Parts: sequence; C-alpha cells; structure tokens
Amino acid sequence: MNELLRRLLFLPDQASSFARDFDQLHYFVILTTFVMSTAVGLTAIFFFIRYRRRSETQTTPHIEPPAWMEALFVVVPLTFFVAWFFLGYREFVRQNTPPIDTMDVYVMGKQWMWKFAYPDGPNSINVLRVPAGQNVRLLMTSRDVIHSFYVPEFRVKMDVLPGRYTELWFNATTPGRYQILCAEYCGAGHSIMRGEVIALKPQEYEDWAASQRRGLADRQDGQPTALDFTPPLGNLVEQGKRVAADQGCLKCHTTDGTRHIGPTWLDLYGRRERLTDGSVVLVDEAYLTESMMDPALRIVEGFQPVMPSFQGKLAGPETAALVEFIKSLQSDAVRTGPSEGPAYAPIRGR
Amino acid sequence: MRLSEADSHALAGAPAHPDYLHDGTTVMSWLNTRDHKRVGIMFLVSVIFFFFVGGLFALLMRFKLLQPGPFFMDALSYNRMFTLHGIIMIFLFLIPAIPSAFGNFVLPLMIGARDVAFPRLNLASFYVYLSGATIAIWGMLHGGADTGWTFYAPYSTTSPTQVAPVLLGAFVLGFSSILTGLNFIVTVHTLRAPGLNWMKMPLFVWSTYATSIIQILATPVLAIALLIVTVERIGGFGLFDPARGGDPVLFQHMFWFYSHPAVYIMILPAMGVISETVCAFSRKNPFGYRAIAFSSLGIAFVGFFTWGHHLFVAGQSVFVGGAFGLLSMFVGIFTAIKVFNWVGTMYRGAITFKTPFAYICGFLYFLVFGGMTGVALATTSLDIHWHDTYFVVAHFHFIMVGASVMAFLAALHYWFPKMFGKTYHEGWGLVAASLIILGFNATFIPQFLLGNFGMPRRYYQYPEHFQALNVASTAGATLLGFGFVIIVIYLGIALRWGSRSEENPWGSKGFEWLTASPPPTHNFDEIPTITQMPHDYRTHEPPGVIRVA
Repeated sequence: MNELLRRLLFLPDQASSFARDFDQLHYFVILTTFVMSTAVGLTAIFFFIRYRRRSETQTTPHIEPPAWMEALFVVVPLTFFVAWFFLGYREFVRQNTPPIDTMDVYVMGKQWMWKFAYPDGPNSINVLRVPAGQNVRLLMTSRDVIHSFYVPEFRVKMDVLPGRYTELWFNATTPGRYQILCAEYCGAGHSIMRGEVIALKPQEYEDWAASQRRGLADRQDGQPTALDFTPPLGNLVEQGKRVAADQGCLKCHTTDGTRHIGPTWLDLYGRRERLTDGSVVLVDEAYLTESMMDPALRIVEGFQPVMPSFQGKLAGPETAALVEFIKSLQSDAVRTGPSEGPAYAPIRGR
Repeated sequence: MRLSEADSHALAGAPAHPDYLHDGTTVMSWLNTRDHKRVGIMFLVSVIFFFFVGGLFALLMRFKLLQPGPFFMDALSYNRMFTLHGIIMIFLFLIPAIPSAFGNFVLPLMIGARDVAFPRLNLASFYVYLSGATIAIWGMLHGGADTGWTFYAPYSTTSPTQVAPVLLGAFVLGFSSILTGLNFIVTVHTLRAPGLNWMKMPLFVWSTYATSIIQILATPVLAIALLIVTVERIGGFGLFDPARGGDPVLFQHMFWFYSHPAVYIMILPAMGVISETVCAFSRKNPFGYRAIAFSSLGIAFVGFFTWGHHLFVAGQSVFVGGAFGLLSMFVGIFTAIKVFNWVGTMYRGAITFKTPFAYICGFLYFLVFGGMTGVALATTSLDIHWHDTYFVVAHFHFIMVGASVMAFLAALHYWFPKMFGKTYHEGWGLVAASLIILGFNATFIPQFLLGNFGMPRRYYQYPEHFQALNVASTAGATLLGFGFVIIVIYLGIALRWGSRSEENPWGSKGFEWLTASPPPTHNFDEIPTITQMPHDYRTHEPPGVIRVA
C-alpha cells in the first residue's frame, strides 16, 4: 500500500527515518483532499442533473440553511484541518529537534556550492559523506544570500541564512547517493547549486574518515577538487587554537578561567550568561558566531563593548574551527584530542 | 474600445439618453472620463493585455523546460522571465483584474449609485496603474530584474540586474490599488440606494468591500518593504545585511505581511463573482447569505495573521511555526463555508448550463482542490518537503489561475451583455471553457507531482528524471493558451458583429440588471428603491427593468 501510493504520487525513495512518517501523513491529507473535492463535485453534479431548468419562467423557493447545517459546514472541515495540524505539528517538532547523540557537520552555502566541514578534520565540497543509521546534525550558514538545503529522499529542507546558523538533522536509513538541491532562489546558478549526500555503511564511513585523518586524498571518486580551501591541518579544535592565536583572540580571552578583557573561554560553551540588558543568553554555536561577527549586539554583563567585528576577517571554516575550539574548553571534561562527534550539548535551550 | 458604425446605427434614435458607450466617442472622451463604467472598461482592456503578455512569458518558460539542460534561452533570461511573469500576473493582472475592472463597472450599479464616491480619484487610479506599469516595463527592458516577484533580500539588494525600477513600478501600482479600495469603501458606505441596507447588499459588493479593506491596510506595508529594498540598493544601509546588523528574514516578514493578504485580494472578488453567477444560473437565492457575506470579512481579518506559514523552513522558531500553522487552518474554514453554500445554492434551483456556469464548475473544483492543498501546505511538517517546490507552484496556480481566472472569465461572459449589449457565440464559449479547464489540469497536475518528486521551483536546469512530467505540463500549457486565444477571437467578433443582446439575457435578479444594458452614463434615470434581497426568484417576473427611454 505504501509503495503503491508512493509511486502513484511520484514521491521519491524513502531514505531517511522521517520519510515513511511524512509519507503516511501525506497519503492521509491527499486522500481527504480527494474525497472532499470529489464529494463537493458529485453533489454539484447531482444538483445540476436533478434541478436543471425546465422552463424559462421557472421560479424557485427561497431556502436558507438551518443553523445546525451552518454549524456542520464549519465543524466538519475544522475537525479535519485541526487533525491535520496536530499530526503535522507533532512531526514538525520531531524534525526540528535534533537528538543529543548527533554527529555534527558544518555546512556553508555560497553561490553556488556547498561546503562541508567535519569537526575532526576533513572538508569537502558538494559531497557530504555520512554513515547510514547515524543521527546527523547539520549546522548551516551562508556566506552570501539565502539558500536552502534540500534532500528530497530524506524529506528534509532548511533555509541557509547569512549571519546565523540554522540546523537540520536526519538519519539516513539506506546507504546510497542522494542529490542535494538548493530550494531557495539564489541567482543565476540556483538550479545547478547541487550536491550529493553519500550515505555509507558505518564501516565504510569509518574507513573513509580514517583515510581523511591520515591526510590522504579526499578526491578518490572524481568529485571536483576544491582549489579554494586549505587542506586540513589537524582537526577543527587544533585549527581553532591556531586561528585564535593568529587572530589575536587570546589577547583578551583566556582559556584557563582567568578574568581578562573579555570573558574566559573555559567552560563558556553551554553556560548561561547574564547580558548588560539583564536578559540571559545560552552560549551556543549561534551566540558564539554572533559575538564574532557582531560583538556589540549582546554584551555579557560586566564587560565593555570593545571587541571588533570579525565579519569578513574569518572564513566559514575558521569560524567553525573557533567554535569547536571554544567548545573543547571544558574544565570537567577537558578534551585534548579531536572532538568525538556527538560531543555537543543541544542548542536553543533544549 | 472601438465601436462600429453599425452599432451607432442600430441604436440610433432608440434611447433618449445614449448609453455610456455612445456618450462621446472621441479618444479624449475616454481618456478624460469620470464615468466608473468607462474606467472599468479601460482597466478591463489593460488587464487583458497584460494577461496575454504574462501568459506569453509563461509559455516561453514552459517551452524551455521541455529540456533539462540549457536550451532555447540562457539562465539569466529564464530568471528574468519568471520574475516578469510573476510581476505582470500579480501586480498588473490579478490584483486589479476583478476589483478594478468588473468592480468599477458593476459595483455602483449593484448598489443603485450614479457613480463611485470619487470619480476623479477613480480615473487617477487608472493613470497611476498605467504609470506603475510603465515604470516596471521600462525597468524590465533596461536590464530586467531576476529576483522573482518575491524580491527576497539579500539577493534582491545584491542582484546585478535592474531591480530598482521594477520595485518602484510595483510600489506605484500599490497606490492604484489603495485608491480603488478607498473609493469602494466610501461608495458602499455613502451611496447605497434607498432601501438597500447592509443585509440586502449583493454578495459581490460584500466581497469587494472586504477586498478593499485588505487593499488599504496591507498595501502600505508592501510599499514600505519595496521602498526599503530600493533605498537599500541605492544607498546601502544594511537593513537586510547581517554583516551590518541587518536581518535577512525581516524582508520576508514584511513582504508576506502584505503578500499573504494580497492572495485574498486576488481571490475574494473572484468569490464574489461566483456568489452572483451561481445564483443567476441556478435561479435561486444565495443559500446562507449571511454566512457568505461574513466569511468574506472573516477571510479579510484572519488573512492578516497567517503570513508566517511562508516561513516554516526560513529559520523561524518551532513555536511560531505552529502558531501560524494553526491560524492558517481557520482561513480554510471560511473558504469551506463559502463552497458549501454555493453548492447549497444549487439545491432546488433551476440550473442552466451556459458558458459562465461551466466556469463556475471549474472554479469550484479548482478552489476546493487548490484550497485544500493550501491547507495541506500549511500542515507544518508536510511543508518541509513541499516548500519552494513545484507543489507550491501548482497549488497557487490552482487558486490564482484556476479559481481567479475562472471567475474572471465567468464575470466576463456574465457581464458581457451588460457591458456591451452584445451576445457572443455560446457554442464557442463552451468549447473554449472545456479547453481551458482541460488544459489547466494538464498543465498543473503534473506540477503537483513534480513537487512531490522534489523539483524545486525557479529551476532553469533540472535533473533528468523530472523531464517526463515537465513535458506533460508544457503540453497542457499549450492547450490552455489555445483556449484563451479562442475567447479573444469570438469575443472580438461579438463586439464587432455580435447581435444586440436582450436587456437581461440571463433573467438575472442581481441589482445591476435593474438598468439598461449597456447602461446610460448616469446609470439610472431614477434611483431605484430596493425592497427585496438580490437574487430573489420566488416570482417569475423579470426585475423591473428601468428603461432609459
């Protein structure tokens, strides 16, 4: 039944853990639509045949609907629509709530390509490799205009905005290759801003990741070689440490908990900071990035707005590397090696 | 509108007052007219012209999409073309189509007024419309915009094309819409005939009134949004640029705060037309008059609180998504109320299947299916897959072309004798109607499936597995195009050589038929006193036609 309806409705393969539930709701909604419009149509046709005009001077009685009928006109569709809403919203919340144990990948969209950066080192362009059966969270931002990350087989889509991070998660159930399409119009190359998700069997993914860590070529499958990104030197945490030194971050921020011109980075990630306007912010990827790009917007209480903006001075991977570096500075679990994938506290206060 | 010698002869000597078409036949008498009927006709001619221009762009795009790769035109031309198609169809056709053309013509007749409240302003609204159109077209010819009609920032603030004149054109067009809306509201409040209280007003007047409220309240927000983008392009203040503290999503909120209600500007008058015609051709009083009238106001009101359903995947919070999702369900209810009441109107009626009735049937089908797919799209999680795909394209074409254009054509055929006093060829009317309804389905049902399949909109090139459905859609579009050409031909022939129609060929008891067809310049020699509801068919006497002679 599922397969028949899926093919009838031209839905793509169901390759993520969302796809089947999404399609079930889709069938229910489309079938009610068909039944309702057919019912309206058949009633109209019946009335047309039964009450066709018999003479040119024909008169008709004045009829107004009783109140109960008017109520029925409201209640019946409302019941269906509200049912759709609750079924849909439950799924919507699920799709927007990444589980704790995700593997994270940073995504940057730009006209007209996708860049992926893994916390433990590798970068890639237009090809995202993930292990099948693993919850994957994408932390996405754009370097220019708005894009939208869309994989039809996964039934996932999320806009990719400049100046902030959006997130999206999925669990690819079947190994295979799936097209990434840009769904938000972004200029002349919009329709060719395509990429590919390659869902690998867990072991194959491990082998690939290991070969990446060994610094071996990432160009085994003939994908376009990237000329505009530096080969990874160490994992993101190490890169971040280097960026922090190069950019002079450590002149004002300490990494050992000592108070200085800016807040210390030790235990910063995941902390709730009181701001100068009295509100409280959870320090997450979004706030860290915002503070690099627009530091004066939300200042932690007790500090002066003296930090310059790093907009345009930090490339996407460098920003990601800094965020990873700051995240690694946790006093209760100081991690020296590469971050082990699911090391992130959930963001947005969940 | 050129009138033949034959017409003048046919009518010569008959009426004491010439009808509005013959009260001055010079070009200046048209360009300088204060007559709401002439302004309506000028709008009608303009919107039909722009409909064909916009339709031509659509056909060129569909032709390109026969092939997945580069073909026939380059990416930039394609992107400009869908932008122009959208801008022309929305701002130059759909928004003024029914209110400014038919509304102007029949609204004063329906309420027994000699004209609208501000005739001079009415004419001004036509010239503002022409100026806006001219600015927009000038921009299109000098570089064109490639942003889509939605002008999403920050692409629209950085696009290399000439976006500013096009934005300015849309900005000016908004004022035409505001002026018309203002005029109608004052007219309905102040110029109703004796005895015509609010609960006797024809349903077309109710829906046009609701539309006018939206036009006045929402259009200024669009004007602000468009102006900000223009200023942004010229001055570069960074309002939508996150690098300078701006917010790229802010534009989307402002844009949809207008553009979602604008969808109801396009569909509400269409619903008004159906409320009139379904009564006239079923020869039956409106089933649930109050329900239909108040649901128009309901749509106008709730329509302002649903804009966020365009932003489910734009990074707005999950809670906000849910709130807008739930609110969107209520707009669907008001539409459902109307649909049930229209079908109810046919119950125990005396139905005759004329060309306008064919369009009513098309309208009902397209509105129910298009409307319910709209509610489906507002079902938050389903939107994740469908958002910005051809499913959305098909959905809004079902509403805007399917429903609105069907109603436009129903209105055109129903009021054609009223406007011009001529009859068109009924057989050809039905042929064209069937062709259009068939062609429309063949065009847009494949697009629903393309959306399911995952094809994003605004794609110049597409992955090859989408080709079969694209070819099917293009074939349907060709059929649709033929249908419209047939209409132009037989209506053109009817204007030139058509026989004189009866005063009230449909036996309609709508109030606009209380005067002659075509009406004299001042509509009524004597303002009628309204004693009954519109479309009261309990007696078989035709409504007292007040003859001009």
